[in-house]
Amino acid sequence: MDMKERLAIPRQPMPEQDPKVRARNFDEVPLGYTPETAKTEALRCIQCKNPACVEGCPVQVDIPGFIAKIVEGDFIGAARHIKKTNALPAVCGRVCPQEIQCEQRCVRGKKGDPVAIGRLERFVADYERASGDVAIPEKPAPTGKRVAVVGSGPSGLTVAGDLVQLGHEVTIFEALHKPGGVLVYGIPEFRLPKAIVAAEVEYLERLGVKIQTSFVIGKTATVDELFEYGYDAVYLGTGAGLPTFMNIPGENLNGVYSANEYLTRSNLMKAYKFPEYDTPIVKGKNVAVIGGGNVAMDSVRTAMRLGADHVYLIYRRSRAEMPARIEEIHHAEEEGIEFHLLTNPVRYIGDDKGWVVGVECLKMELGEPDESGRRRPVPVKGSEFVIDVDTVVVAIGAGANPLVQSTTPGLETNKWNYIVADEETGQTSREGVFAGGDIVTGAATVILAMGAGRKAARAMHEYLMSKK
Amino acid sequence: MAAKILEKRQLSENVFKMVLEGERIARKRKAGQFVVLRIHEEGERIPLTIADADPEKGTVTIIFQVVGKSTAHLSDLNPGDTLLDLVGPLGKPTHIEKVGTVACIGGGVGIAPVYPITQAMKHAGNHIISIIGARSKDLIIMEDEMKAVSDEFVVATDDGSYGFKGFVSQALEEKYLMQGRKIDMVVAIGPVPMMRAVCDTTKKYNVPTVVSLNSIMVDATGMCGACRVSVGGKTRFVCVDGPEFDGHQVDFRQLIDRQRIYLQEEKESYDHYCSCRLGKGGN
Repeated sequence: MDMKERLAIPRQPMPEQDPKVRARNFDEVPLGYTPETAKTEALRCIQCKNPACVEGCPVQVDIPGFIAKIVEGDFIGAARHIKKTNALPAVCGRVCPQEIQCEQRCVRGKKGDPVAIGRLERFVADYERASGDVAIPEKPAPTGKRVAVVGSGPSGLTVAGDLVQLGHEVTIFEALHKPGGVLVYGIPEFRLPKAIVAAEVEYLERLGVKIQTSFVIGKTATVDELFEYGYDAVYLGTGAGLPTFMNIPGENLNGVYSANEYLTRSNLMKAYKFPEYDTPIVKGKNVAVIGGGNVAMDSVRTAMRLGADHVYLIYRRSRAEMPARIEEIHHAEEEGIEFHLLTNPVRYIGDDKGWVVGVECLKMELGEPDESGRRRPVPVKGSEFVIDVDTVVVAIGAGANPLVQSTTPGLETNKWNYIVADEETGQTSREGVFAGGDIVTGAATVILAMGAGRKAARAMHEYLMSKK
Repeated sequence: MAAKILEKRQLSENVFKMVLEGERIARKRKAGQFVVLRIHEEGERIPLTIADADPEKGTVTIIFQVVGKSTAHLSDLNPGDTLLDLVGPLGKPTHIEKVGTVACIGGGVGIAPVYPITQAMKHAGNHIISIIGARSKDLIIMEDEMKAVSDEFVVATDDGSYGFKGFVSQALEEKYLMQGRKIDMVVAIGPVPMMRAVCDTTKKYNVPTVVSLNSIMVDATGMCGACRVSVGGKTRFVCVDGPEFDGHQVDFRQLIDRQRIYLQEEKESYDHYCSCRLGKGGN
């Protein structure tokens, strides 16, 4: 096929479950490319000499390299090519914000649509997993060094995968009963099937990573005790595990959840399968979710799937300022979520049994830009109105869980209690202790946490090898 | 981590004691802390106070009352069975210091968590007045254990079938506070109405009172906020800021409301379990 023909191919759409059907089930929404669509889409890549897409990727996956293999029909080879730099391609193909990373830099995007890099990544990772032909690289010579990784979310998994492949002995300590961190407790099944996370974790275990679940660093053992146990270095990837509330009246009423609780019940504890699973969740008929990020989108879509009649998304700014991925906003709208933009809750109204029955809101308008560069929402005087609700999910961000910081003397933190770590190396104020992901940056994305893990792993390797 | 059940004993009609394998937790735990366990893959995360531990044997003792599906299931397990997960020790330990005379009050299954605190308070050199109570004589648990760590000891039953007739709060007031006995601190653990009654009483006499709250939890590491409670007008998380708080500052009304969030689901789940259990010919 010549270049002209290749340039004429339109971006291949992703087949999806029908919005009406999927809004009531927890199955994955996008169905994935077929080998034919994947090959067609791969042909749209013009194999730039200096690929800008790679620079847009926080872990610098060789994107033209793996796409070339798809064109050849070597899907498994393509998956293995990605895995050289990204241990979790099936996850990243699904949850990375490609539109502001690799795909935003794609040359094809300048005149038309960029190559669907995320969809192709997902396709080859799924293809490899389904084939059962998952290659395990040869075991490197052991270095005799032991590393403890605290937290099994995206950054911890990346560090563990990188360091085990360099010959270090790696143990992950996870506070919850299942590994995966936010990938299992936060992101819903319909966006990231848990079987995929389990497969990616199992891959790491086959590489030799040991995983100790139900082990809370800061409680079961401290960071200092990890050194006493004989670990040579520690990586802290504990995530943004502290819910944020607005501190407005009525937030402790029954039926008001933090997004962390709502999603943990549904995702980790499988409350959507109650009573088959023991953990319950309030299946509200009229649900309000406060916030405009990806977690808010996950919450509204979960509420709809739990059987709500009306799900309202209440966000204080306008659509343009929403931090959520466009694709997620679009999916939520298709599924019938009702958006109340430029609206801010001021209090929750309860009944005599302590249950929430309404949320009082104020209309907002956009004023001057604030420190984030986005226009600041300003309340419109006298614009109070009440929305009748029986369930509320507060999804306005998450902070730093203090368990590790408060039990690790000498570990420097900033004023929000995030751990201070070097951006390039993850080095903290404590020797041998590295950190990365949300516990350093505040709540961000899966791939940014993985990027931080990648850099830290490199620095930890250097540290371990230079240490006597 | 999985944990094997080593011993099981029924203490009263609905209260069971279990000794679990848990080496690290046994070594680490302090009075006032708790564990979270999960029985099986479909199970809830159940928070339970550590009633006792043996660091040498590496065992942890829990005492629980059958109140719903998960605790019913737990009570059906036997020595040799394995719990899928056991994690801990969680929560802040009790602040133990010598203050003088400490009244340790346990109501019903709340006697179990008050026991390790009483033990530690005694060990710190305090004069211990223990008041334990229940609806009737057959629901009193751990009498011998409590007696062994107390200088003065009172049993109270609502129906008068054993010891003082009335609530533990009344026993505290009538036998001690009204008599002008100086009590420096009260630790009260039990059903919320009991803790509230004790706090109402001690407030009148200005006696500092610590209560241990058993709110609904999920992760129990401060991540979800399910367990939040108002203390002195501020929202606190029972799992990481507690479980112990100044009883005079706790909003008990809100705590009672929040404990009832899943009443309907809990009943549905329990009925389902009981009918399954009967279907299998009992257990």
